[in-house]
Amino acid sequence: MKKIVKKHLLAIRWFHWINFPVLGVMIWSGLLIYWANDVYKVGFGDKTLIKFFPKSFYDAFHIPFRLAEGMAYHFVFMWLFFLNGILYVLYTIFSGEWRDLLPNKRSWKEAWLVLLHDLHIRKTKPLQGKYNAAQRIAYTAIIVMGIGSILTGLAIYKPIQLGWLTAIFGGYKMSRILHFALTIGYALFFVIHIVQVIIAGWNNFRAMVTGFEVKKVVEEVVQIETLPAPDNIIPGEVEPE
Amino acid sequence: MSNFITNLFRNNKKLTIDQLIVKKTIVSFFFLFLFFAGCIWGWKWLHRQPLDSNVSGAIRQPLRDVLNTNELIFNKIFSKNHLTKTYAASQAVKRARFNGNIGLGNNFDTATWKLYVIKRNGDTLALRLDDIRKLPKVDIIFNFKCIEGWNQITHWGGVRFSDFLKAYGLDDESQMKYVGLVTPDENYYVGIDMPSILHPQTILCYELNNRPLPMKEGYPLRLIIPVKYGIKHLKRIGTLYFSNNRPPDYWAERGYDYYAGL
Repeated sequence: MKKIVKKHLLAIRWFHWINFPVLGVMIWSGLLIYWANDVYKVGFGDKTLIKFFPKSFYDAFHIPFRLAEGMAYHFVFMWLFFLNGILYVLYTIFSGEWRDLLPNKRSWKEAWLVLLHDLHIRKTKPLQGKYNAAQRIAYTAIIVMGIGSILTGLAIYKPIQLGWLTAIFGGYKMSRILHFALTIGYALFFVIHIVQVIIAGWNNFRAMVTGFEVKKVVEEVVQIETLPAPDNIIPGEVEPE
Repeated sequence: MSNFITNLFRNNKKLTIDQLIVKKTIVSFFFLFLFFAGCIWGWKWLHRQPLDSNVSGAIRQPLRDVLNTNELIFNKIFSKNHLTKTYAASQAVKRARFNGNIGLGNNFDTATWKLYVIKRNGDTLALRLDDIRKLPKVDIIFNFKCIEGWNQITHWGGVRFSDFLKAYGLDDESQMKYVGLVTPDENYYVGIDMPSILHPQTILCYELNNRPLPMKEGYPLRLIIPVKYGIKHLKRIGTLYFSNNRPPDYWAERGYDYYAGL
């Protein structure tokens, strides 16, 4: 016997799916902007491990010489990113959904067990509520990152009028680095997220669209102990023999 | 198949659990599909809209409208009391990064240069560099920010723009909404809102690192306006005028934000 079990609220699903194309446009337009001064790399000494970004990457996505266009899109779609994010946070607060999303005292230890399990090191399945401990940490971290992107973004956008904010992030240069690093963080989150969704399977993915999961339930055997007394019989429904 | 479609319109209570799961799944995915189709339609709609100028690099009008709205919104936090951080002269770079020569035409004659200031009533002031140098000099050592994303601590010297306006009796003009600046060869031009140009750190600049401006930095006189990106720091001012409408702006015509304020 199957059972439909509610999992994700309608509003949460909308926030999730709206964020997908909006963040996509923000990252794409961000790349158009970043290209104009693409100075970041990871390495040590004179050795560069990763350059952000190689020419082949820029060419593949038609990035070069589109700074003005990138800025225009970035400063238009930032509003959608901001509004969707703020509505999501408010909604999780007022709906009580935050209880399932915020990490608690046990989450840090349990998240470790989830990781060991996911890497096939540990056999025992970790506790899985609506979200497991690792998910709680990941989904809270991504919101903190979103807030970070908005604040570092503002720090770069208005470094004089919001000079105090730029100062909090360690100045103009540092704000730009953080803003960029957060975007790399989204890209990594996205990759892991997709892999996890594929591993978790159809039932889990469908829940993010439909809101429900299908659970198998063992049929209960109901034993009728006593026959209903005659005065419990509603006239017309059951005819006395 | 037909069975399946009729199930979509049948009361849920009359469906088996499997039929109900299929029905709810189909309906939800249909809405997700509609949403993505709507996104694509919206994107295509945006790219069917007219461009905001005839110059290559122009952007779609709706994007421009939002940029202009952003200006109104972020203007609310603009204050002439918000100053850009200043540094010690020793922290400034010895060689300022050179990033553009539009407006610095080759046939420039330093001997005949004058700053032409067109007044509200149509009269024109023609000023020599000495007419500007005799006003109180201020130094500004700040983090110059290019719209490309780089920045550099540079040391500039000149006359506070608001002092200049007062010294030449341009109080009436300072009540107008915009200032326009044009290079002598008229190839580069910017428009700046009055609050930004009256900001105490905005200067008519004639010195870099305590020496006269190099030719490529706009000798003899340029604008330094820390509350804007570098694109507004016009090199080699030829003509300066006032307007209640937005003066033409070289980079705004090429898709950049007109306000470009920091």
